[in-house]
Amino acid sequence: MYHYDEYDHALVKDRVAQFRRQVERRLSGDLTEEQFRPLRLMNGLYLQLHAYMLRVAIPYGTLDSRQLRKLAYIARRYDKGYGHFTTRQNLQYNWPKLEETPDILAELAEVEMHAIQTSGNCIRNTTSDQYAGAAADEIEDPRIWCEIVRQWSTLHPEFSFLPRKFKVAITGSENDRAAVRVHDIGLIMKHGDGEGAGEAGEVGFEVIVGGGLGRTPFLGKTIRPFLAKEDLLSYLEAILRTYNMLGRRDNKYKARIKVTLHETGAEEFARLVEEEWAEIKESSLKLPKPEMDRIAAHFVPPEFRALESRATAEEERAAGDPAFASWVRNNIVEHKASGYAIANISLKPVGLPPGDATSEQMDLVADLADEYSFGEIRVTHTQNLVLPHVERSRLPELYDRLLAAGLATANVGLLSDIICCPGLDYCTLASARSIPISTQISERFADQGRLDLVGQMQIKISGCINACGHHHVGHIGILGVDRKGEEHYQIQLGGSASEDASLGKILGRGFSADQVVDVVEQLVDVYVELREGDERFIDTYRRVGQAPFKEKVYGTA
Amino acid sequence: MALLEKRDSGAVLIVDRYSKVEEDAATPESGDVLVSLERLEAERESLLARADSVGVWLRSDQSPSGLADDLGKIELVALDFPVFSDGRAYSSARLLRERYGYRGELRAVGDVLAEQLGFMLRSGFDTFEMASPNALEEFATIPKEVRVVYQPTGDGLATATELRLGT
Repeated sequence: MYHYDEYDHALVKDRVAQFRRQVERRLSGDLTEEQFRPLRLMNGLYLQLHAYMLRVAIPYGTLDSRQLRKLAYIARRYDKGYGHFTTRQNLQYNWPKLEETPDILAELAEVEMHAIQTSGNCIRNTTSDQYAGAAADEIEDPRIWCEIVRQWSTLHPEFSFLPRKFKVAITGSENDRAAVRVHDIGLIMKHGDGEGAGEAGEVGFEVIVGGGLGRTPFLGKTIRPFLAKEDLLSYLEAILRTYNMLGRRDNKYKARIKVTLHETGAEEFARLVEEEWAEIKESSLKLPKPEMDRIAAHFVPPEFRALESRATAEEERAAGDPAFASWVRNNIVEHKASGYAIANISLKPVGLPPGDATSEQMDLVADLADEYSFGEIRVTHTQNLVLPHVERSRLPELYDRLLAAGLATANVGLLSDIICCPGLDYCTLASARSIPISTQISERFADQGRLDLVGQMQIKISGCINACGHHHVGHIGILGVDRKGEEHYQIQLGGSASEDASLGKILGRGFSADQVVDVVEQLVDVYVELREGDERFIDTYRRVGQAPFKEKVYGTA
Repeated sequence: MALLEKRDSGAVLIVDRYSKVEEDAATPESGDVLVSLERLEAERESLLARADSVGVWLRSDQSPSGLADDLGKIELVALDFPVFSDGRAYSSARLLRERYGYRGELRAVGDVLAEQLGFMLRSGFDTFEMASPNALEEFATIPKEVRVVYQPTGDGLATATELRLGT
């Protein structure tokens, strides 16, 4: 993974000193909260319902064990002993004290981390495939390009006051685990076709613009089928400049690039970008090969041992231990190196808030990373953790260690692997609570046999229309609304954030908090009854449509 | 309101020699004037033929592209920040400097705050109309607080990439 050099270190250190001065001026009364607000937001510090919240960037979801231990230490020393992993592969502390936030940032800087641009109308943390560098289906490690974008976007003088926040996601595989079609810019690494879209065999990017969730969800549109690697930054600069000058600033709900694209038309927007790009393509933004090579060298894979693809220890344990077999089936993913596996660690135990991890759990995962995974950890946009490089023969011992710490929930990709925003328990914007709905669903579907029977399923819950819980792209999406002071929930069906991306459709009138879990169960029952072969919930839904689900829930079609 | 001009280290206070011509007023016969883009378009010939200096004031929603042909005769372009969070003028400034080759005075006006000076300097501004009573002092310290830059702009500062490669 990437390690800071003297320049990266100097920038982050300077930034900490700058924020320390700003906080001092706030505490002395030299700055009002109104004047301080934009400054703290540039460093990821929000004022929430009950306290400040600090959002720490985890660039493209990659951590080493030293960094994760530091996150654990900060949670213990400066917060209430836990942190919350978010859908943007970041970590949030919910209870920091304002006067201690500069110290927290200084602690983070020691391990090459920061909170720069985790809020504000600027280019946010670039997200990626959590299996980058390990996945069997990958063309190339996308994190090389994420890091290049991270540096270019950090304190960009022209793009720090955009019409609205701006999110970039990059995937190196055609199986999209980074939800690139619901980002402001999504980049998919692909091979050129030799027929106009890149040289045959050359690796570059398909450029997708204007996806996003929130009040008005859109799937992004491809504005360039192939972009050469060396042109990445000039092309991004052309998109951002076009958006900065054209994007609406009269209404914050229409200010995202998805609306610019919709109102301008994708073709016209693409034309404007290409016109701008023609002017800067050959500028100093063109990436020099030595710099691309320097950054790529940080992402050279660890030295994998030559191993048999099948591991006896794993197979024997699975044969006699159904719980272990479930864990392998659900949480283990194929690795590109023979005899290795990608191990997901679910942060969705039954009855607890999705994405939370205690300091003890973080410390343990850091230790396990050192012992089993070359010291590497990943954070997923589905709010879980990953040990990316584990020898298959050691899966049984890893499982036992996780099990003892309550981290062996075997539900990755299943019904109870729910994406959920903090909701009204923490957030000033929320209309309803989302965490209790999530925990109730996980309790209702606690039985492993039943989870396995239902199979692949994505439930996503947002506590308001800003859609931080991605409800638009859940197979079942749940949206909390406020109806005359009562928490109320709308159900949507048929969304997906993967390579088959689609937006869900509202089922019908909403439900009270105590009805939601029953409704989810009814929807699942309809699916189980109607599915053919190995169809997932989403496949059955797409085949049969809404009618049978509606009929079951409302008693009418 | 103080007008600051950047120097190699910090800035100095300068006197504003331009009089801003308001929308409903007539253009004065002589003296240095700062006019809107609309007035420049309406009175282009007479304005550009003046012996005294002409400056143009752009709202944040006005593109500088229309000025490109006249920049040799314009000595001041003032770009407005109606609120600090309206960042369009950063793009306009870079276009003026880096695309249209403008070398005259580029002034930031409106909600110009110390914390944004670093970005403005990098985008090509060289004078700043600031409301803060401590503007001079702020200018001397705040823009230098973060010394490393990653992005190439027209300000010629060596980026981290350039320093790494020794280019």
